[in-house]
Amino acid sequence: MTNLAWLPTIADWRSSLGAISVEQAAWFDKVTSLANHNLDFIRINALDSLLKAGRDASQPKLKEIRLAVLGSSTLAHLFPAIRIAALRREFLVSIYEADYGQYWQELSDTSSGLYRFNPSHVLFAFDSPHLAAGVNATMTQQEADAALEDVQNRIRECWRLARAAFRCPVMHQTPLPVTTTVLGNNEHRLPGSKAGFIARLTHALRPMADEAGVDLLALDERAARDGLAAWHDPGLWHRAKQEVSPAAAPVYGDLVARIIAAKQGKSYKCLVLDLDNTLWGGVIGDDGLEGIVLGQGSALGEAFVAFQEYCRELSRRGIILAVCSKNDEANALEPFEKHPEMVLKRGDIACFVANWCDKATNIRAIAQELNIGLDSLVFVDDNPFERSLVRQELPMVAVPEVGDDPVSYAQTLADAGYFEGLAVTQEDRERGGQYQGNRLREALRSSATDLPSYLRGLEMQLVWRRFDQVGLSRTVQLINKTNQFNLTTRRYTEDDVLGVMRDNRAFGLQLRLLDRFGDNGIISIVIGRMGEADDLLIDTWLMSCRVLGRQVEPTTLNLVAKQARQLGARRLVGEYVPTKKNAMVRDHYAKLGFAVEHEAADGASRAVLDLAGFHAAETFIDVREG
Amino acid sequence: MQDTAIYDQLTDIFRDVFMRDDMTLKPELTARDVPGWDSFKQIEIIIAIEEKYGIKFHTRELDNLHNVGDLARTVRAKTAG
Repeated sequence: MTNLAWLPTIADWRSSLGAISVEQAAWFDKVTSLANHNLDFIRINALDSLLKAGRDASQPKLKEIRLAVLGSSTLAHLFPAIRIAALRREFLVSIYEADYGQYWQELSDTSSGLYRFNPSHVLFAFDSPHLAAGVNATMTQQEADAALEDVQNRIRECWRLARAAFRCPVMHQTPLPVTTTVLGNNEHRLPGSKAGFIARLTHALRPMADEAGVDLLALDERAARDGLAAWHDPGLWHRAKQEVSPAAAPVYGDLVARIIAAKQGKSYKCLVLDLDNTLWGGVIGDDGLEGIVLGQGSALGEAFVAFQEYCRELSRRGIILAVCSKNDEANALEPFEKHPEMVLKRGDIACFVANWCDKATNIRAIAQELNIGLDSLVFVDDNPFERSLVRQELPMVAVPEVGDDPVSYAQTLADAGYFEGLAVTQEDRERGGQYQGNRLREALRSSATDLPSYLRGLEMQLVWRRFDQVGLSRTVQLINKTNQFNLTTRRYTEDDVLGVMRDNRAFGLQLRLLDRFGDNGIISIVIGRMGEADDLLIDTWLMSCRVLGRQVEPTTLNLVAKQARQLGARRLVGEYVPTKKNAMVRDHYAKLGFAVEHEAADGASRAVLDLAGFHAAETFIDVREG
Repeated sequence: MQDTAIYDQLTDIFRDVFMRDDMTLKPELTARDVPGWDSFKQIEIIIAIEEKYGIKFHTRELDNLHNVGDLARTVRAKTAG
């Protein structure tokens, strides 16, 4: 499938497009709204022209990615789809394309257009004929192996050059298997087969990319799923050197945008599920426990089980599950507690809302309870009315067009790529259990008579470590996705974090919070750096909102003060840089006893703590290194 | 299929591709007459037509398209019967 089938179609395309004037202030919101529809490449190209005209007139205030696309054949026909897909993930893209086939020269020449462009992301998109150019059927195994080695080394060198020059994330497109076989089923027995060569290279790319920290754009898997013909048209290759057909551009663009978004921690985090006819067939309130369709014995019942299994797998890799259902709560809970075929259990659901309020209100409540942004929710409901209501009331919530046949729910979610992930951290794996722990903590809170006895009863331990290789991906993930409790919202790449680890005038701390109900995982990151005059600048201080109100902040300050003194600091200097989302930490430093020295008109402030007069605060948290 | 029906449908496709609601197709219209009708737009038009009619143009057929009349004739021939 090479269209954006998970997005709603649009009935009155031409009049919607015609109604947008880039002179109006609202032009960008309207373009973004159209971008969130199932558009083919022609419509995407039209929308992209409008986007360009709009950006020329008034640049929207959104993060801009500078993407260099380096390849060996025609790629420009894919760029409109990348730019439009970026709107779906709330960023802008400017694209640089190296001159036809000149990627190597541009990478090697510091005065090239590529260097002037100075990309923030690089995508290598090599076509298969180019990669297999040095291979032919006369080759011995040894020669073919050497050719493979040579191409692998060239690719590695491209990655190395790009990272060294631009210190930015690198993506690599896996080859489309467009080369035809010459031996047949057992093509692998012909050492110099081009098709066999591409297959071997594709296989080798995965460990290579992992080793180099490069993210793959897995076109080979798309082609396997959709059929190569959906992605590649030999006629267009000969006519225009387009290896990827323009018809597949909408999906290509979305794949690129979702990787870039994931790299910035902008993937969706939570799957909100309807119940009746979404997790089981029928209506629990009417049909009762025995009447709903779920489990072995019918195709429909098995399809619902399969979808629940998919949801559970998502949960196991770190996606939070929530329920939003129009039902009496007792009815809604009954299958979770009593139906033998239910795959999902009550404990898998971090937030369970069943009542008769409208779904938009309930989804807001879910976001609030889980302490995550509405823009990190995906809502699945078989009912088109509910989908359309939520889309209208909460445009930042993703609402896939799942249709009304449960056999397609899981694939639609996978195709949409909402939960694109680039690494799986231990925290991700443990998240389900963490939310279960939250409920036990809540129970303790309601039974404890006062806050101190609640906090004491939690038996908390803050376990800290300097940044290290083991925690690297979690550290980068937190730095890039924490929006609310984040004093400066500085985003750092792996290379940047490695830089902190090497700097002996700086420290990077990762803090884990344990309590009697479990391990909350790494919940806070602090980066401190010595500045002038014995000042320790707190470059970054961020924390997961789920541990708010538990004295983690003063306990962390005790630790930061100690680390700072070891570097010879006399003062701590903290900054607050306001964003749309971090108002909750505006007074963070003042609350901790810092003196606010300077406050700018935009709300940015600088605060100082004299270490000579600082005494560690008493808290209910034990601190240890480990 | 009637020529008028084909012309109406092709006009619709051209209007989407060139984002111009006032565009009307005549047999003698060529790429030179339409600003922006370059080789990429040509590919867009062809793919849109292929998807619309469920047909596939052959390389020789594409090479022999010189104006809208050629295009409509080829579509008619490929959809006949």
